[in-house]
This record gives sequence, C-alpha cells and structure tokens, in this order.
Amino acid sequence: MVFRDVSFSLEAGGALVVTGHNGAGKSSLLRQLAGLVDVAGGALFLAGGQPETTIAEQAHYIGHLDALKAAMTVRETAGFWAGFLGGTPATIDRSFEIFDLAGLRDLPVAYLSAGQRRRLTLSRLLIAPRALWLLDEPSVALDAASLARLVSAMEAHRAGGGLIVAATHQPLGLVQARVLDLSSVRASA
Amino acid sequence: MMRAFLSLVKRDVALATQVGGGGGMAVFFFLVAVSLLPLGIGPNLNLLAKIAPGLLWVALLLSSLLTLDRLFQADFEDGTLDALSMGALPLELMVSAKIMAHWLTTGLPLVVAAPFLGLLLNLGSAHFLPLVGAMLLGTPALSLLGAIGAALTVSVRRGGLLASLLVIPFYLPVLIFGVAAAGSDVAMPGVSQQAMLLLGAVTLVSLVLGPVAAAAALRANLRS
Repeated sequence: MVFRDVSFSLEAGGALVVTGHNGAGKSSLLRQLAGLVDVAGGALFLAGGQPETTIAEQAHYIGHLDALKAAMTVRETAGFWAGFLGGTPATIDRSFEIFDLAGLRDLPVAYLSAGQRRRLTLSRLLIAPRALWLLDEPSVALDAASLARLVSAMEAHRAGGGLIVAATHQPLGLVQARVLDLSSVRASA
Repeated sequence: MMRAFLSLVKRDVALATQVGGGGGMAVFFFLVAVSLLPLGIGPNLNLLAKIAPGLLWVALLLSSLLTLDRLFQADFEDGTLDALSMGALPLELMVSAKIMAHWLTTGLPLVVAAPFLGLLLNLGSAHFLPLVGAMLLGTPALSLLGAIGAALTVSVRRGGLLASLLVIPFYLPVLIFGVAAAGSDVAMPGVSQQAMLLLGAVTLVSLVLGPVAAAAALRANLRS
C-alpha cells in the first residue's frame, strides 16, 4: 500500500497541488484519479460531471511519459489527438498558439527539444476540452516563458470552472490552490 | 466514436508504413523464408508443387508472429496507451482499431505477396484462387488472436518470443484449415469447401474473443 487516509475535495475552478518527497505517492494518486491504477479502498466522486462516463473519460492525464512518436510531425500528432479525444481544427490552432507550437507544425517530433516535446504533450489539454486536468510534474523541462504560458492556461481552465490536480516540486504560482502534502500522510508497509 | 476509431487506425497504419515502422518486415521475412525453402528442398518440381500451400501458410504464420510485439509494446512504453485508455472509445474498440491496423499492414500485404511467392514453389495455377481466398479469410484471425498474446506480454521487455509461444497453439486451427482450404485436392472433392467454412468460423470466433480478451489483458497490465 502506498498511502492511506488521504482525502480532499475540490469545487469548480479549484486546484490541488500535491507535494511530497520522492516516492510519497504523488504519481500513484494521480494515476488512481485517472483510473490507471486500482484503488485498494475508498472512493472517488466527480459531481456535476457527465453521467454514465467515468472520471477518466472526463480527465486529461499528463504523466512523465510524453506519449509522442518520433516519426510523426507536430501537426500529425495534434491531428491524431484531436481525432481520438474529440477536438477541432480550431482547438488545435488555439492550443498551438497558447503553447507556442505554431512555428514547429511541420517538424517531426524527433527534431524537437525536451521543452518543445513537453509543450506538445501539454497541448493535448487544450485540443480536447475536459473538466479535470491531472498533471504530474508539468513544469519539467519547461523554461520560464513556457511555464508562464502553462500557468496562464491553467488559470484560464480554472476560470472556466475546470479542476486541476497537479503534483509538483516546483511552486507553480497558482492562485488560491489547496495543498496536499503526502509526506505527512502515514504510509503503511 | 467512429472518428476516434478511424483516427487510431489511420495513425497506426501511418506509423507502420513509415521508414523504420516495421510494416515491411513481415513481407520481407515471408520472401526470405519462401525463397530459401526451394533451395533447401531441392529442384523436385512435383514435390514443391505438392507442399507449396503448406509451406506458404507456415511461412505466413511465422512472418505474422514476428510483428506481434509492434501491436501494443511501443504505445505502452511511451505512455500513449495510458492516454488511449482514457478516451471515450471503450478499450475493446480501441484494441479492435489497433488490430485492424495491424491486419492492414501485415496480413493484407502477406496475402498479396503469397501468389507471387507461390510461383517460386511451382504452385499449380488451380491453387492460386483458393489459396488467396483462404489467406484472406484466415489472416484476420492471426491478428485477432495475436493481439491476445501481445496484450498479455505488453509489460515484458522483449515479450515477442513469449507472445509467440502463447499464441502458436491458437494459430493451429488456422494453419490446418487454411492448408486444407488451399489444397483443393481433386481426389477429395468438398474437403476444401468445408475447410474454408471452418476457417471462416475460426475467424468469426476470434473476432468475438480477440478484442475482449486482449482488452482484459491490457487492463490488467495497465493497472498493475
């Protein structure tokens, strides 16, 4: 068991910043919320969401792995996610604008730098609109300007009533975000 | 939902047919295996013609086994599978889309190549049509059943060998009925027709079982 006795709630527009030392279970908590890891006990509720869909289908999960294919171009990657997750050319354009990817459209992913790959992975958040964003260390490899773009995208998402749960070591500077410190939660062997 | 299905098929086909995507590997292995066989067996044209359907089927089976690890492994390792499992598309349909793309890039090219390689084995002209028909009917079952093995071994490094061992027993009916259907032996009329029907039945059963079993295996692997 990774942790026990963890509870939190978020209202519309809320953000939860999950902190804790390495191995505290930040990623495990996010993967549980995304439905990618089974919960040993307890329950998760998303009130006011679409009925008959799981939390996973109403969430974006951006983990450590970037889910990019080196052989596909930036445009093809975005086009695929729009097709698979439900986006439009308009949402792709907006996402590219916000994450500053427009100039990279025709480059294969293999040629991108670590920060550019990260931005392309994050662009999925805006390509298909979803209520809950689960971000695992979203600031990794981002420079100051890109981080500012990400934070403003996160604030815009919250302003629209969206929820964010982010695991991070680096302070993101979100306004009025709750903090859940997993280091203080007693782990059982 | 249809759009998500088609965009996944399109992406997988594009990835497989790109340079280094591994789409040509099966056909190339098929070509190598079949062109080496006559050299090993010797220039006995009657013997070659007699065993040609069996040789072609065995070589086709081995070629398609080679490509199984391409189905889920890369997507599992780079985190794409996490995102794919969170789409509105149920996991079973997601798996079906990947199987369809696998057949389009592996099974179909092998079927197209088979008659040409049949020429190397002195395959009788009467056998061409039954052979291609049987292969068209049987190869989807190879992708469908192979997906179960690929999904079970997705978290194993270099799981291709293990996947092959797991699915070979399930490939046997396809091989047996496939060869019988392609044989069209004049001595036993009706056998090839019955074998063709049984081959179709094997494919239909795989169509029902394959995606469901592969999705269940993937779910178990993703959540561990």
